[in-house]
Amino acid sequence: MDWLLHADTTGEKLVLMVVAVLMFVAVMGLILFATDRIRSLPPWVVGVIFVTPVVLALGFGLVYPAIETIKESFYDRSGAFVGLDNYVAAFTRDEFQVVLRNTAVWVVVVPLASTAIGLLYAVLVDRARFEKFAKTLIFLPMAISLVGASIIWKFVYAYRPVLEGVPAENQPNQIGLLNQMLVWFGLEPQQWLINSPANTYFLIVVMVWIQAGFAMTILAAAIRAIPTDIVEAARLDGLGGTRMFRYITVPSIRPALVVVITTIAMATLKVFDIVRTMTGGNFNTSVVSYEFYRQSFVQRNTGLGAALAVILFVLVIPIVVYNVRQMRRAEEIR
Amino acid sequence: MSAVSSELTIDDGTPKGSAIDRLDARAAKARRGLGSVGASSIAIVLAILWTIPTFGLLITSIRPQADIQTSGWWTWFSSPSFTSENYHEVLTGSTTNFSTFFVNSFVITIPSVLIPITLALLAAYAFAWIPFKGREILFVAVFALQVVPLQIALIPLLTQYVRWGLNGTFWTVWLSHTIFALPLAIFLLHNFMKDVPRSLVEAARVDGAGHVRIFFTVMLPLLVPAIASFAIFQFLWVWNDLLVALTFAGGSKNVAPLTVRLAELAGTRDDQWHLLSAGAFVAMVVPVIVFLALQRYFVRGLLAGSVKG
Amino acid sequence: MTSVRRRRVFAAAATGAALALVLTACGGNDDPEPGATGDGDGGDADCAAYEQYGDLSGKTVTVYTSIVSPEDQPHIDSYKPFEECTGATISYEGSKEFEAQLLVRLEAGSAPDIAYIPQPGLLQTIVQDYPDTIVPASEGTSANVDEFFSPSWKTYGSVDGTFYAAPLGANVKSFVWYSPKQFEANGYDIPETWDDLIALSDKIVADHGADGAKPWCAGIGSGDATGWPATDWLEDMVLRTAGGDVYDKWITNDVKFNDPQIATALEKVGEILRNPDYVNGGLGDVSSIAATTFQDGGLPILAEDGKDPLCYMHRQASFYAANWPAGTNVAEDGDVFAFYFPGLDAGTRPVLGGGEFVAAFSDRPEVAAFQAFLASPEWANAKAVSTPNGGWVSANSGLDPKNLVSPIDQLSATILGDTTQEFRFDASDLMPAAVGAGSFWTQMTAWIAEGKSDADVLDAIQASWP
Repeated sequence: MDWLLHADTTGEKLVLMVVAVLMFVAVMGLILFATDRIRSLPPWVVGVIFVTPVVLALGFGLVYPAIETIKESFYDRSGAFVGLDNYVAAFTRDEFQVVLRNTAVWVVVVPLASTAIGLLYAVLVDRARFEKFAKTLIFLPMAISLVGASIIWKFVYAYRPVLEGVPAENQPNQIGLLNQMLVWFGLEPQQWLINSPANTYFLIVVMVWIQAGFAMTILAAAIRAIPTDIVEAARLDGLGGTRMFRYITVPSIRPALVVVITTIAMATLKVFDIVRTMTGGNFNTSVVSYEFYRQSFVQRNTGLGAALAVILFVLVIPIVVYNVRQMRRAEEIR
Repeated sequence: MSAVSSELTIDDGTPKGSAIDRLDARAAKARRGLGSVGASSIAIVLAILWTIPTFGLLITSIRPQADIQTSGWWTWFSSPSFTSENYHEVLTGSTTNFSTFFVNSFVITIPSVLIPITLALLAAYAFAWIPFKGREILFVAVFALQVVPLQIALIPLLTQYVRWGLNGTFWTVWLSHTIFALPLAIFLLHNFMKDVPRSLVEAARVDGAGHVRIFFTVMLPLLVPAIASFAIFQFLWVWNDLLVALTFAGGSKNVAPLTVRLAELAGTRDDQWHLLSAGAFVAMVVPVIVFLALQRYFVRGLLAGSVKG
Repeated sequence: MTSVRRRRVFAAAATGAALALVLTACGGNDDPEPGATGDGDGGDADCAAYEQYGDLSGKTVTVYTSIVSPEDQPHIDSYKPFEECTGATISYEGSKEFEAQLLVRLEAGSAPDIAYIPQPGLLQTIVQDYPDTIVPASEGTSANVDEFFSPSWKTYGSVDGTFYAAPLGANVKSFVWYSPKQFEANGYDIPETWDDLIALSDKIVADHGADGAKPWCAGIGSGDATGWPATDWLEDMVLRTAGGDVYDKWITNDVKFNDPQIATALEKVGEILRNPDYVNGGLGDVSSIAATTFQDGGLPILAEDGKDPLCYMHRQASFYAANWPAGTNVAEDGDVFAFYFPGLDAGTRPVLGGGEFVAAFSDRPEVAAFQAFLASPEWANAKAVSTPNGGWVSANSGLDPKNLVSPIDQLSATILGDTTQEFRFDASDLMPAAVGAGSFWTQMTAWIAEGKSDADVLDAIQASWP
């Protein structure tokens, strides 16, 4: 039965997958069948049976680990209690200053830029010809993994050196589009990912590229949901173009804007794939979620890593609270 | 979020009444009058900006290695060349072997989508339709767990798996993805379930159906679109995930998915664009197809809930 | 961590060149038991050397390592004679997450019988944190190490005077890769001293600088571990400018990072790595070193057809052999080869290197026997024979260089076997992880990518010492 744990061949893996799914179906089926058969069960027992697997899974997989991690953040790597030292280190050491600053830049720039672009595009293509196709183009990056997206953009930034003393026609051709554009304009190609602090923005572009589609979709739907009579009334009042956008569109979709910005902000805080794939956190591009990984798994500073995870957690909370409060308000209005 | 969502779900591309259509047409005509040239050109520029990076890599993936290294992909239009060698090498070459990792991605993803949906459906049903003590508190607690960044759970979970001797197997990856998916899944499906008319459930009750039967005969058929929404969501999430796979599957050829292999390739041979480009497309072909085929459901899922992370 | 990283990237990259070697080297590889799938009648292995281990039929020893496919197969094959002669079964498991996982396993009380520890620093951690799990090396192991390894190797496997782990494989880092063909065509001689090396660099600048070529090329990119090749440069240089004693004190931080002796060494590294006239041939300016992966860093040495190469020298360890593209002839008269990274004068020839160590977590007789076997010449030679693609050496003096297939492995074995040369283990592997897998890497990266000053870099590393 070794293949149950160590499936080596494709066949074994597929069989293992089927077996796992069947086992799951069988267990669930048995439970449900029994629940259905026993007529005398009071409803609350049925409720408990339905909820128990989830409660167990979440307790084991989220609640308990979160508590463990919080506990861990007060200990150093040798297991000695150090109080808040890990947090002090995370907030005061030079290299973490950069990390915190970058994280702040990410969390501000990505949501705003994505939302702005998404909104602009949503307004522009709303009910235009080829609307669906035009939206799909912007939306498609959402289907691509962050690793894949990072590779796509790394290629845009690809760099070929300028050889000293070699005439222009014999210089190696640029293979990255961005550098080729510089060359077309007669400028020197750049190593985009090395030069801090601009490099952080070149990483941010990747996230904006992905998230703009999300913003566009939600906001396009919100714009469509603006009651037509309001729009018509405004138009009769002589509002048009940018003023219509400013005084009618934006206020009407405000709740959706909040959802979009906060959701993207949360996703941005947790992003780690882009930084890892594009720079490995070097050249002053690291962010909290990547530094967590590096401290925990590379440097084995579990205490410090745990503290960074907790900081991440704490940073997310205000965004969520704001989000929930906005939703409440929207609900009341309704 | 429900307020916004239910408001928005009304509109997911379904056709509208003819009166509204007429109004729309008028509005569109009016707008076309003002600066439509400027508007469309901005839109076209944005669309091109958004498409060109992917397009360039796609062209690159079918060019011979020597061409890729010595000239930009845009020269392909003036001197086209074609090869399938890159894909062949990335899929079967002994250093890359993406086909193995492709299978891993597949084996990881299917159960990681099916299991959380099933569990979440049951729980969402209980939260929506079965009164029991502590239901409200429990639901709020589950809702609140969406906030927890999964980073915070990784190390203790890994420690536990190792203790059980399960580390580096598919089981840990399945279990982890299931756990991390549950809060959002329950929240989303609960929203949909609540909207099922009470009268339908009551009618079934009168016929003597228990909760299990109501769940299967009344709820499931109505919830197919909602399930599809979440399924595609979870599918993309799991297929594209790096962090969970990296932590629990490691780099092992027996378990690790495509994303892990691709990230490793990018970190070791970052000038081997013939492999990176083909590898990236091998990794993205399945999610893109799923996405394009089921885009409608995906949009509905987005609108109905939030985005997890 | 570094070793694992290196091993990992090596594993990923190895096969291209390996394939070429298989094609050329197959004929010479007459393993008495190729594949060894047969059982029982594998009798032509000579079991006399194994009688000391006794009859271990029915016993199983579990081995846990960081070495994964395809590099694991030669290891598994190398156990065959032991298994056949003693009857024991060796159960091999490799994991890329070995280092984190091993500690967790020890914590959880499910230790393997044998683990290959990729660096002495981890061994120290284990002995300090889990003293009850690890057992001192068996008598047979100790005897083998005394007989076949130089004393310094034994110290790397010891903690506080107790000998725990026997050396297994080894690599030589004090190598400069070059193209013998190009050197011959240009009439360049292999430098014997540091001054020769600089003179040669200047000559290359004079000869080829106008064509855009540079004497040196380098790459320190390595994902999470970016920066380690630069730490190797500094380590090699500390050995040369300050000597082995200072080096040893530097590892324990008795000589600080911002000590003038270390600063001198860094300055000397900078004479090459931060000299815009010398680097980064075919890859860009100084900062491009940080943006190039170490695997790609030496490739400009290979010239395109009909052209001159853009780079002539690349300092990197013996395992870089696996990074050359398929079809590259790695030999003293071939496309590429390596020469010893010279000392300040021809007389002092310190060697920087690395390796892994075998620790035991059980004192069962079969485990003790297997640990001893791994320290024996029988194993070293079996491993050499079962590694037909090359890329493996050991510091075991009983290893017959003739069993090694590739010229670079033979050269490594010769250097490792030369007891007149002062050998030192990769310092970053011996330092605490916060430095050795942390600030040392990141600061050296900043030194190159951002042009951070020598003093700032050394101060920052020193400040992070736990």
